[in-house]
Amino acid sequence: MMLLAVNVDLQTDATLQVDISDALSERDKVKFTVHTKSTLPNFKQNEFSVVRQHEEFIWLHDSFVENEEYAGYIIPPAPPRPDFDASREKLQKLGEGEGSMTKEEFTKMKQELEAEYLAIFKKTVAMHEVFLCRVAAHPVLRKDLNFHVFLEYNQDLSVRGKNKKERLEDFFKNVVKSADGVLVAGVKDVDDFFEHEKTFLLEYHNRVKEASAKSDRKIRSHKNAADDINRIASTLYTLGTQDSTDLCKFFLKVSELFEKTRKIEARVAADEDLKLADLLKYYLRESQAAKDLLYRRGRALVDYENANKALDKARAKNKDVLQAETTQQVCCQKFEKISESAKQELIDFKTRRVAAFRKNLVELAELELKHAKGNLQLLQSCLGVLKGDT
Amino acid sequence: ETSKYRSLAGFSSVLFVVLSLVKVFLSQSPEAACLSAEDISPSSNGPRDDDPDDLFAEATEEVSLDSPERQPILSDGPSPAITPVTPVMISPRVDVFDRSPDQDEDEEENRDTFDIQISVSDPEKVGDGMNAYMVYKVTTKTSLSIFSRDEVCVKRRFSDFLGLYSKLASKYMHMGYIVPPAPEKSIVGMTKVKVGKEDLSSVEFVEKRRSALERYLLRTVKHPALLKDPDVLQFLESSELPRAVSTQALSGAGILRMVNKAADAVNKMTIKMNESDAWFEEKQQQFENLDVQLRKLHASVESLVCHRKELSVNTASFAKSAAMLGNSEDHTALSRALSQLAEVEEKIDQLHQDQSYADFYLISELLGDYVRLITAVKGVFDQRMKAWAKWQDAQVMLQRKREAEAKLQYANKPDKLQQATDEIREWEGKVQQGERDFEQISKNIRREVGRFEKDRVKDFRVVIIKYLESLVHTQQQLIKYWEAFLPEAKAIA
Repeated sequence: MMLLAVNVDLQTDATLQVDISDALSERDKVKFTVHTKSTLPNFKQNEFSVVRQHEEFIWLHDSFVENEEYAGYIIPPAPPRPDFDASREKLQKLGEGEGSMTKEEFTKMKQELEAEYLAIFKKTVAMHEVFLCRVAAHPVLRKDLNFHVFLEYNQDLSVRGKNKKERLEDFFKNVVKSADGVLVAGVKDVDDFFEHEKTFLLEYHNRVKEASAKSDRKIRSHKNAADDINRIASTLYTLGTQDSTDLCKFFLKVSELFEKTRKIEARVAADEDLKLADLLKYYLRESQAAKDLLYRRGRALVDYENANKALDKARAKNKDVLQAETTQQVCCQKFEKISESAKQELIDFKTRRVAAFRKNLVELAELELKHAKGNLQLLQSCLGVLKGDT
Repeated sequence: ETSKYRSLAGFSSVLFVVLSLVKVFLSQSPEAACLSAEDISPSSNGPRDDDPDDLFAEATEEVSLDSPERQPILSDGPSPAITPVTPVMISPRVDVFDRSPDQDEDEEENRDTFDIQISVSDPEKVGDGMNAYMVYKVTTKTSLSIFSRDEVCVKRRFSDFLGLYSKLASKYMHMGYIVPPAPEKSIVGMTKVKVGKEDLSSVEFVEKRRSALERYLLRTVKHPALLKDPDVLQFLESSELPRAVSTQALSGAGILRMVNKAADAVNKMTIKMNESDAWFEEKQQQFENLDVQLRKLHASVESLVCHRKELSVNTASFAKSAAMLGNSEDHTALSRALSQLAEVEEKIDQLHQDQSYADFYLISELLGDYVRLITAVKGVFDQRMKAWAKWQDAQVMLQRKREAEAKLQYANKPDKLQQATDEIREWEGKVQQGERDFEQISKNIRREVGRFEKDRVKDFRVVIIKYLESLVHTQQQLIKYWEAFLPEAKAIA
């Protein structure tokens, strides 16, 4: 299975290896075959597979988020929902318009749309896989019980999608969080490290969002241009077969050239999508997860400070001091625990990010070069033939 | 700009229906000469059937005009053998002494010494508000003797060009000459310029128009007959030009009207045209197919131009966002690499922009020109049918006059008889003239189409090669940019 390039160095640990070995696309859902290889004693077997759907991944992710024990970690972002609607719509439109185009045109377009569908499919598989691999690579999360159930329990987990009430609750939770987020973000941190991280992440997240949107738009234009070249190639072919002058050979040769160059252009757009657009989208989600971590730490800090104030008040009034002391202890421990793991998480985040960008940017440049050289060679050889003919 | 092609497309589909109706009526004589384009040797300068040394002058049939039952002359021509030495256009009847003045250009100037350069430049706005107009400098450099000077500059406005086309079309189109059409009017484009908007789109509009006017003039003077035309010479040389009137009737709408009239005439033909010369039928079909495909191609290229411009804009926008991302990235080497990526993307955006200009000015405009030219070609075929119809009508009239005379002979009215005899002579003359005109236009069209096709081959070859070279350049630049970036990406530590 194709791995997203962000999946750097996540498959080296033999004690727990997870991948998606197969996937099936049905009308409105995708079934992923999650395959596990593990030497850990927690599992009944060393190697096993289960079938999971997207909702079950979301359930797993949300269970991490809601678990207080994991408050100090960057929770690997949930994979986006598989979305074949656009592709399916296009295939349907093609079917409806079958009568209005020639057999060759229809077959060609059908092949392209099927390839597009397949590409989207591969991508969604990769994104679900990356999520699992991140969890499996995390020293703490990999031990999570829900995760093991997810991997091993070979029945349906029955995690129905959230009902309306629950979705509304989520919505309000998010609203509160963002209001809080503003509050927390406004308080200057004593710790320089965290203060810097806060400033950095807030800005970085927004910039990645912007770059991701712009790169999507750019790639879409590129695909549109490649489609135009496709149509031009077809019309040139027809012209070549019909023309009564020497131009017929000319047109046929140029048509052939454009068929090939447009395939390359389509590949360029696809590679840019994979190496750049997907990278940016992934780090958009990861940077949000990192922000969420900072928020949780911020909340813990506020709780700690409130507990301190309560303790002072209790001591002053000499009432419920023991209780206040206990609360303060708990808050302090919670805050310090989160701070400690958060620091490491954020450092790891940076390492991962730099490595992923490096790998992808290098691969992007290499692919761009490969395609440009391919294009150039096709163009020059065709020019040679055409000029020689005159 | 697609709307003008839609109206022409609508028209051409009407014409196609008309033509196919005509085809239904055609009966092909099995011995009809079937000449395909391969018979036109690219190295010859067109048919030489006026040549007194024409080997086949004797091969044509003498046909008497007195037999009323005779079929229209076209179906009777047997096809003489074509010697491999001199490929010749066979016309049904060659009358070597009937030379009209325009036939001299059959001894066409040797293309290699076609020495005239025309440029349209320096657009200037004259006046203000809605009465403003653009004036262009037209510079002609030539060593040809028909011009009074080696180099002459004049100032012309757009309606002057339309006026020139109108004159040339009315003079030559009915003779079967393919007169290159002038560029389209554009109310929207011109209004922006008049109103004084100095934005990019009005600058582009003026440049597009300037380029189109230049191509129009070059095509016009490439035509050997038009080059010598006094109106053309006056246009290029005289400093003052009388203002062209009723230019609303000209350019795209004007051609439409003129060709529509011919189509109407074709429609109204009561006698079905007996096309025994398959060359014409074949050619008309070929031009019909060419028209359809060129329009399709033009639409796709226009779409490509648009998408490439979009790509350029979106690449620039992405470049900015990548630069911002690089600024906020706190890992130094990665930050630098992202800034470099932004620079690469900025350069690529410029590449896309340049490429889209090439897409447009090389290919799109060429296709637009040829779509308009083919309308002119189709118009010329219609003129031929019109000429045929006129000839047939004259024959019908002659027949009627003869019948009237015969009746009068029995009725014994001597004075009316004389008048009837005079009228017969008059109509005999008209029939002869009609036949001559029809043959002349047929001959002219064969020659014009040969010339047109030669030019078309050359134009497309030259332009497509130039275009491919522009694509090569783009790829070479891309390679340069990415090769410079790769080490930066690898340097991220």
